[in-house]
Amino acid sequence: MIKLENIVKKYHTRAGSRTVLDHINLEVKRGEKVGILGRNGAGKSTLIRLMSGAELPTSGHIYRGMRLSWPLAFGGAFQGSLTGIDNLKFICRVYGADYRDKIAFVEEFSELGQYLREPIKKYSAGMRARLAFAISMSIEFDCFLIDEIVAVGDSRFHEKCNIELFEKRRDRSMILVSHDPGYIREHCDHAAVLIAGKLYSFDHIDEAFEFYDKSIAL
Amino acid sequence: MSIMIKRASLGRSFRIQLRVIGALLMREIITRYGRHNIGFLWLFAEPMMFTLGVTALWMMADATHGSNLPITAFALTGYSSVLVWRNTVGRTTAAIMPNLSLMYHRNVRVIDIFASRIILEIVGAGASFVILTLFFLGIEWIIPPHDILKVIFGWAMLAWFGAGLALFLGALSERSEVIEKLWHPISYLLFPLSGAAFMVEWLPQQAQNVVLYLPMVHGVEILREGFFGSAVHAHYDMGYMAVCNLCLTLFGFAMERDISRRVEPE
Repeated sequence: MIKLENIVKKYHTRAGSRTVLDHINLEVKRGEKVGILGRNGAGKSTLIRLMSGAELPTSGHIYRGMRLSWPLAFGGAFQGSLTGIDNLKFICRVYGADYRDKIAFVEEFSELGQYLREPIKKYSAGMRARLAFAISMSIEFDCFLIDEIVAVGDSRFHEKCNIELFEKRRDRSMILVSHDPGYIREHCDHAAVLIAGKLYSFDHIDEAFEFYDKSIAL
Repeated sequence: MSIMIKRASLGRSFRIQLRVIGALLMREIITRYGRHNIGFLWLFAEPMMFTLGVTALWMMADATHGSNLPITAFALTGYSSVLVWRNTVGRTTAAIMPNLSLMYHRNVRVIDIFASRIILEIVGAGASFVILTLFFLGIEWIIPPHDILKVIFGWAMLAWFGAGLALFLGALSERSEVIEKLWHPISYLLFPLSGAAFMVEWLPQQAQNVVLYLPMVHGVEILREGFFGSAVHAHYDMGYMAVCNLCLTLFGFAMERDISRRVEPE
C-alpha cells in the first residue's frame, strides 16, 4: 500500500512562500483505483509528483509499499536530444530492466517505425505521447500514477492505451488525477477532491462528484 | 501500525545508485559525443588536444623560465593537472537544468547527475594523461617517471580536489546563476596560479607563502616530484591538501542535500 501522512508542500515564489498542499492524508491499497479531482492549479500534479518521489515534501511522510511508476503524463520524463530507443534504454537501466526484451513491444505499440532512431525533439506532440506511453508500459509497476492522460493521440490510439492500461493491468493500483469527472467515474473505485490545498476523500464516487460540483459552483 | 514498512537496505540502495549512475554515464556519453565519427573517444581526445597544444606552445616559447626541466614532461604534468579540476567544475555548474526531465524518475537524484559528470571528466582527463605519457615515452621525448606511485598519488589527490570542488560549486550554482558566470574568469585566473606553469621553488619566498594556500599547488608539486625525482625541489603539505579536499567534499555534500530538496522537475 501507499500511505501519505500529513504531507505539506510549500513553494517559494517571489511573493513569498505559498502552501500548495496543506496536511494531506491518503491511503491507497493494492489493487485500488483512486481518482483525484481538482481544478487547474489545485496542486494535482504536485501531489502526483510527491507520491512518485520526483519531488520531496516540505514536511510529512510517504510510505511506498509497492513499486510506483513515475507520473505518467505526456510531457516530461524523457530527454529531447536522445533518440526514442536511447530513452527506452536509459529508463530500462534506471529501473533495472533489460531493454532488449522491450524494443519489440515499443516498436509495435508506438508505431513510430524509423523515428524511434531519431532524437525525440524532432517528434510531433502525438508521436511523443505514443513513445511515452509505450515506454511506460514496458516497465512493470504495482501502482500507476496517471496525470491527465485523456488528451492522447487519436481515438484509435486512445483505445489501445485504455486496453493496455485499464484492461491488461486491471489488477494494479492506480492513482488518477484529472479535472474531468467522466474519466474518473469510468476507471476509479474511490475519489477524492483537492481544493485549496486540502484533500477530501469519499468512499463513493458520487459523493465526491457532488462535493466537486458544489465547489465549482461557489 | 500493522503494516510492515520496509526501508531499503543500504546494499540495495547502493545497487540502485550504481545502476542510475551507470545509466546517466551512458546517457552523457551519447548526448555529448554522439555516435558519429570517433564518438566517445572524444572523451580522451578533447583533453589530449589541449595538453598537446599547450605543450607545443611552451616548447616554442621555451617557457620553463630558465630551469633545465624537459619542457614536454613539464607541460604534460602541468596541464593534465589543471584539466582535472577545471573540467569537473565546468561540467557540474548548471548541470541540473538539462537533466530536469530525467528527475521524474525518483531514483535519479542530483547527486547521481553530479557523480556521473564528475566520473566522466576524471576518467577523460586521467586517460588522456596516461595515453600522452605512454605516447611521449614511445617517441622518447620524456623519460619514465621517477616514482610512479607518487605520480598516481598526486594525481589522485588532484582528482579528489576536482571532485570536491565540482560538487561544492555545482550545488552552489543551483542556488545562484552568478556562480557559473564567475567560474569562467576565476578558472582562467587560477590557471597561472595553480602550479601548472611553475614550480613553487622558483618563486620568491613571499609569493611561495601565498601560492601554497591553493590546494591544487600541493598536488602538482608532489606529482612533479614523482615525475622528475631529485631534479626538482618540491614544496607540498599533503595533510593540508587532504583537509581542504575533505572540507570541500563535506560542504559539497551538505549543499547538494539542501538543493536536492528544492529541485522541481519541470
